[in-house]
Amino acid sequence: MTDMSNQSAASRDSASWFLASARDRLAGLLDPGSFVEFLPPSERVRSPHLALFDLPAAFDDGMVVGRGRLDGQGVLAAAQEGQFMGGTFAEVSGAKLIGLLRAARDNPDLPRTVLLLLDSGGVRLQEANAGELAVAEVMRAIIEARSAGVAVIALVGGRAGAFGGAGLTAATCSRIVISEQGRLGVTGPEVIETNQGVEEFDSQDKALVWGVTGGRTRRLIGGSDAYALDTMAGFREAAVSLLGNPSPFDLRTLQAEQDRLAARQQRLGACDSPAALWATLGVPDPGAARDMDDEAFAALAATVKGTDHDAR
Amino acid sequence: MVTITLRYTTRGPASGHAPSAIVGVVASGNLEVLLERALPDTVCAVEIATPVRGYDEVWQAVVADFVERTSPGGLHISINDGGARPDTVALRLMQGIRMMEAGR
Amino acid sequence: MTLRSNVPSRRAWDTGQHSREQRLAAASRYARGKLVAHHDATALLEAVLRPGDRVCLEGDNQKQADFLARSLAQADPAVVRDLHIVQSGIVLAEHLDLFEAGIARKLDFSYSGPQGGPLARALAERKIELGAIHTYLELFSRYFVDLTPHVALTVARCADRDGNLYMGPNTEDSPVVIEATAFKQGIVIAQVNELVDKVPRVDVPGDRVDFVVVAPEAFYVEPLFTRDPAQVTETQILTAMLAIRGIYEEYGVRRLNHGIGFNTAAIELLLPTYAERRGLKGRIATHFALNPHPTLIPAIETGWVQQIHSFGSEVGMDAYMRARPDIYFTGRDGSMASNRLYCQAAGLYATDLFIGSTLQIDLQGNSSTVTRGRIAGFGGAPNMGSDPHGRRHASDPWLKAGREAADGQAGLARGRKLVVQIVETFGDKLVPTFVEQLDSVQLAETLRLDLPPVMIYGDDVTHIVTEEGIANLLLCRTADEREQAIRGVAGYTPVGRGRDRRAVEDLRARGVIRRPEDLGIDPLDAHKSLLAARSIKELMHWSGNLYDPPRKFRNW
Repeated sequence: MTDMSNQSAASRDSASWFLASARDRLAGLLDPGSFVEFLPPSERVRSPHLALFDLPAAFDDGMVVGRGRLDGQGVLAAAQEGQFMGGTFAEVSGAKLIGLLRAARDNPDLPRTVLLLLDSGGVRLQEANAGELAVAEVMRAIIEARSAGVAVIALVGGRAGAFGGAGLTAATCSRIVISEQGRLGVTGPEVIETNQGVEEFDSQDKALVWGVTGGRTRRLIGGSDAYALDTMAGFREAAVSLLGNPSPFDLRTLQAEQDRLAARQQRLGACDSPAALWATLGVPDPGAARDMDDEAFAALAATVKGTDHDAR
Repeated sequence: MVTITLRYTTRGPASGHAPSAIVGVVASGNLEVLLERALPDTVCAVEIATPVRGYDEVWQAVVADFVERTSPGGLHISINDGGARPDTVALRLMQGIRMMEAGR
Repeated sequence: MTLRSNVPSRRAWDTGQHSREQRLAAASRYARGKLVAHHDATALLEAVLRPGDRVCLEGDNQKQADFLARSLAQADPAVVRDLHIVQSGIVLAEHLDLFEAGIARKLDFSYSGPQGGPLARALAERKIELGAIHTYLELFSRYFVDLTPHVALTVARCADRDGNLYMGPNTEDSPVVIEATAFKQGIVIAQVNELVDKVPRVDVPGDRVDFVVVAPEAFYVEPLFTRDPAQVTETQILTAMLAIRGIYEEYGVRRLNHGIGFNTAAIELLLPTYAERRGLKGRIATHFALNPHPTLIPAIETGWVQQIHSFGSEVGMDAYMRARPDIYFTGRDGSMASNRLYCQAAGLYATDLFIGSTLQIDLQGNSSTVTRGRIAGFGGAPNMGSDPHGRRHASDPWLKAGREAADGQAGLARGRKLVVQIVETFGDKLVPTFVEQLDSVQLAETLRLDLPPVMIYGDDVTHIVTEEGIANLLLCRTADEREQAIRGVAGYTPVGRGRDRRAVEDLRARGVIRRPEDLGIDPLDAHKSLLAARSIKELMHWSGNLYDPPRKFRNW
């Protein structure tokens, strides 16, 4: 189902998640040949709006949904195509994801884990209202699914990151996997700069952007549950490590999350740079930690307190 | 949006058994190609949706060469173009037919 | 009876020296020894310059005397006017501001990439009187013949009180500019980042330097040679494979120069992978005339490269080069030393292949980077991309190319340098690379230039590589064959679609055109996984974290 046929299995495993398409990510993540797509491209469930703007549509509206197996275990999966319209939430792409989540909520015969491969800057401006509605409905559907005992695991590592509605969506999930290239936030860097000025936040300063919203920072402050290498094998390993019985989703969970966030705010709120943040967390040499390779960083992250918790 | 529809008679059918395949992404400089085994053995139909005007002849030339080279009979090929260069189009078509020939 | 010259016996033979003394005297009130405070910089320039002076304001490809440029732009045009600018690089906005203000009137230069648009406008509006657009080697040569600067404004990392200058890896044009100026009694002024007791090494001796100004900020260096591997496309990987298999391997090219671009970056990144699998290590790409491209790091680390001489430097590569003195030319202080003139000569005479990209190619193989509204100049490409008839020493690739060119013809044999243009058939915004007529022809008419600016002439080009294949122009016997060979690799551009199919098939049968499959290359194999490094960060890791990527390339 993918165009990776000219590579060997080993080179497929080490293929970059960041550079891959949504379909390639699903193929690389899930057990070979196990993925069955719902509403495949041949059904042509496309955006009814883009032609108005003289924009090309995609056969899957940039959202691939279906079921497969991860390390032998059945899972449902949804992947956003970050290269198509920035992976944005819109009428059709949103509806596909909502449908998947509601099916997980309602049908006990379906797998009890949903993998959410996020790669999105938020809402598609050309379909603004539908997109906003979709985000709201997705978040509600995730909460309802979690209440029904379904684990929803976000995987963040694409070019668009998970901003806006995608950032909110990620925060609603039970677990988050992130790679160094991944970013998680709400307001996008350019919007912060436009609203607060370049002295406050220079969106062209990539080191700053990644230092604040990127995977390594998120892992260190406890904003993600697993750190993945930027490869198919890396994400697979991280996702597998998070499989298992999901924690109960109840008032206690939410209160623990609020406490965790308040404590984080107290501990780190005064930091004015990523280096200060990391130093406060006890990272001995923030500059070196930023440049070190993934294996070394993963080992370092394991030594930093507060990265693992069960609140979300 | 510009839509271009092309129809060919081929020497024979595309090999393989995959019912459909999709390759590429709709993005700037890229395109998505959906191939479906849905037509008689010696018929190939290609539908292109593109926001770029004025390149009809180039599309015809690229697709004609592809059809001549690979004899993709039986295939209905649908393209969503994001403004790709002709060599990228040719590449995706070749990737697509490879997937169709390889699939189960 | 002896003949006497008619020259009056009172002719002065030291007018240059005299002028120099006057200028130094006028400037003396601002200087303590050689040092001038930065707030006196404009006043110094007003004292030292005379209307109509030839001035070199470096203006190198990378390093910029930006503080002196700003200071000069603030000079009073009533005092400093009609200058004749003779600098290699028009890079900063201030370089053009001088013309706007009437401080400068005439221009001779080589490269104007960053200011290509504004320069074209200024020339069209007749705000600048253009002498000529040169190659680097030509301009440097004219510094010694008819364009000797009266004043050179240079830039260095540091200086001592005697005026000895240290430039580090970005030595570039300076030694040449300053020698020409100093030895014709010109004035040399240097802006430096700091004053030190002893410079790490002497790149320019103090007795060639008249004034030193410590600038308020470190000088600007343009990162021109960094290409992000993540932006290399599959098409560029395909053309790189074609070049390696169809040219480097075919001719056994060990000594070469890569023009900057994504096509050549792809070649550099394919050496440890695709070229390795073909068993080519040690047989190709061992000696380079090349700026310190970060994309060559994986090939260096895996033992492909023996030696590199550089025209200039590249931001972020200092520490890596310092740790690889077997590869790069380094001074006793341990830092790299570049020299644009020497490296241009090296690329011309001591390499067997030039390969670079371009924006337009016509039916004879002439190429140009001029497009509507932009004049980028020539830089070094015409030198690198030309067959030097003065070459005499033989090498296998040179002899083989010479035999192909001569095939069957009478006359004494000579070798040929391989000059390769590597392009995609369509550029950005679906603009065809192959055209019937270069835009520069129209530009020449508009600006009333003597000649249309051509980067590389068709009769110097030996091969054209596109995603459609390789055209070997050495094997073309007639202009007609050359035209069809070019059309035969011009893909789906109008030029390509206008091919004579029969003629192109014949050329392919003769091996004049070779398609990927003729070389055993499947376009679907041109996959990003073939790149030895897929990102800037991976390049950094390849270098053991010695390579320090510039801020704008860091996305982590």
